[in-house]
Amino acid sequence: MARWIKIDPVTRIEGHAKISLLLDDSGQVADARFHVTEFRGFEKFCEGRPFAEMPGITPRVCGICPVSHLLASAKACDQILAVDIPVAAEKLRRMMNLGQIIQSHALSFFHLSAPDFLLGWDTPPERRNVFGLMAANPDLARAGIRLRQFGQEIIEHLGGRKIHPAWAVPGGVRAGLPETGRDAIRAKLPEALATTRTAIALFKQVLKSHEQETQVFGNFPSLFLGLIAPDDTWEHYDGKLRFVDGGGNVIADQIDPARYKEFIGEAVEPASYLKSPYYRSLGYPAGLYRVGPLARLNISKRMGTPLADEELRHFKSLGWGAVTSSFLYHYARLIEILASIERIDHMLDDPDLRSTRLRSDAGINRLSGVGVSEAPRGTLFHDYQVDPDGIITGVNLIIATGHNNLAMNRTIAQIARHYIQGNTIPEPMLNRVEAGIRCYDPCLSCSTHADGHLALQITLLDHRGQVIDEVVR
Amino acid sequence: MAAKTLTIDGRLISAAEDQTVLQAAKDAGIQIPTLCHLEGLSDIGACRLCVVEVAGSNKLLPACVTRIAEGMQVRTDTERLRHYRRMVLELLFAERNHVCAVCVANGHCELQALALALGMDHVRFEYRFPKYSVDITHHSFGIDHNRCILCTRCVRVCWYIEGAGTKNVAGRGAECRIITDLNQSWGTSETCTSCGKCVQACPTGALFKRGSAVAEMERDRTRLEFIVNAREKKQWIV
Repeated sequence: MARWIKIDPVTRIEGHAKISLLLDDSGQVADARFHVTEFRGFEKFCEGRPFAEMPGITPRVCGICPVSHLLASAKACDQILAVDIPVAAEKLRRMMNLGQIIQSHALSFFHLSAPDFLLGWDTPPERRNVFGLMAANPDLARAGIRLRQFGQEIIEHLGGRKIHPAWAVPGGVRAGLPETGRDAIRAKLPEALATTRTAIALFKQVLKSHEQETQVFGNFPSLFLGLIAPDDTWEHYDGKLRFVDGGGNVIADQIDPARYKEFIGEAVEPASYLKSPYYRSLGYPAGLYRVGPLARLNISKRMGTPLADEELRHFKSLGWGAVTSSFLYHYARLIEILASIERIDHMLDDPDLRSTRLRSDAGINRLSGVGVSEAPRGTLFHDYQVDPDGIITGVNLIIATGHNNLAMNRTIAQIARHYIQGNTIPEPMLNRVEAGIRCYDPCLSCSTHADGHLALQITLLDHRGQVIDEVVR
Repeated sequence: MAAKTLTIDGRLISAAEDQTVLQAAKDAGIQIPTLCHLEGLSDIGACRLCVVEVAGSNKLLPACVTRIAEGMQVRTDTERLRHYRRMVLELLFAERNHVCAVCVANGHCELQALALALGMDHVRFEYRFPKYSVDITHHSFGIDHNRCILCTRCVRVCWYIEGAGTKNVAGRGAECRIITDLNQSWGTSETCTSCGKCVQACPTGALFKRGSAVAEMERDRTRLEFIVNAREKKQWIV
């Protein structure tokens, strides 16, 4: 069964993807594969560039989460300079990342996923989108769009533009937060908070009526990976790597992100350009792990802010040790928005932000650097090697969506096995599979709003590879 | 010095007899687009952006190296000129790898500014995508041949203002490129005084301060003008 997703504008793995479902003789789903068929080549064509350009080049990987690449890249460059960046620079970078988490998560929840479970799985595709949501619940849709705008504006107040700000640089940041920006952010905080709390209350209602989805949409024990603060608090910019298992037990902790290669292997499947990272000790593909909001909440003991901590307690009650259903990515996403808003509120009066010392200066002091931060979709790794002059000689990027590759495959298989039996594709199947993928908010779906529709093709093959049925939308 | 009168874009203008059309137009407040021209440097008429129409001549003439003449009738902004200027820019963009979005000179680039001003919204020629290296072996500066348009401002500023003669041109045609001394890495140059005038003179992101990130490379041309004024006019005015 082949599924094609066309995404434009294209980012690192965005573009064409397809899903193959293999049916056995009896018409049961035997296997499921998620293929990403676009090749971006950033790791190759960055070679030969001066390293200081990397925080400008790599954010072009994505138009939704450029800030994530900006920060991971700048952090890798900090390592090459071997400097500690000024306190203000780190705090400002954190603030921008929080703005990024708000805007990206709001996009995922309100624009992309909410139409599925608020309008209903079987709503015709032409109405099952953010415009349909506007028609059905204009106040909610408007609030969601404004929440995303709020996150985007934080990025703009700091970096001068909403998308692709060339703001973080090796050794720090280029500019501070002007007072006008600080006041503008403060003025919009109450509305953002109210929208988020409304969405959380709404999603809790959804959970009650979506028990089946919670059971079927990627519900399996797996490892979870993310950055964690030294005191077990939720982290998004720095910290150490932690792996927990499906029971919530910590199996690897306080790993220096620069040592990621000792713990993470990268398998390459011939059918996909998306690498399949796995936890080395368990091997491939048993070392499947998930990253992103669900994983970050599973590895954390607290969010670090009162309202978010209250929600985290409820979230944790939905699992035993760890919350294992990917349908709850949506809930985790909302809790992270809540935490981000609370944290920004706390940061605004920090006198450090008014410092004019924003950038550390140094030459090439190391020939390699690893920068890791939490992108909205999960842990993002930028690993650079340079020659003694600072020319890039090697690049390895592990993009958040990539970490979830194996989990997305497994999710598709789980959903397909549940909903597909026999030789025809039930109509709602298309939508359910799509929604299963959207739980992870992969870059594949996050750009589809740009051209308004998802070009989707599902082909059902029998065990001899013969086409049994085909649905194109 | 005797004055001559000529017409530029229908305006009657009086200018000194040794002036070029470009200078006369500038004094009259008429802007002609240029790329290889830089105040204080000798002109070579290389980029062809300043071409103008002169009555009685079938050829388009580069304003920077064309002397004025009595009764000359010049047009600086016609559809034909705009067409050729756009084409010149398109050829420059197609020749090397100009990626504004991730360039150190983004927002401060003369090539980019001209493309915007002249309405170059696409390139009709096939991009060559040449493979050029970046030389950042110098302790303070770097050169990225991908962004070089061979205007030779750096060569002229190095030879005729600094007097070091470090920058040169090697190769022919499309293989033409700027070299340091006898085609060696910049960091090994024995003649370079590290004055940075070439970096200040460069119209694109080809020459830059080492460590520059995207859009950070802003030039300060007043420094070059200060030196030229001080030397030639004995005026030390900052």
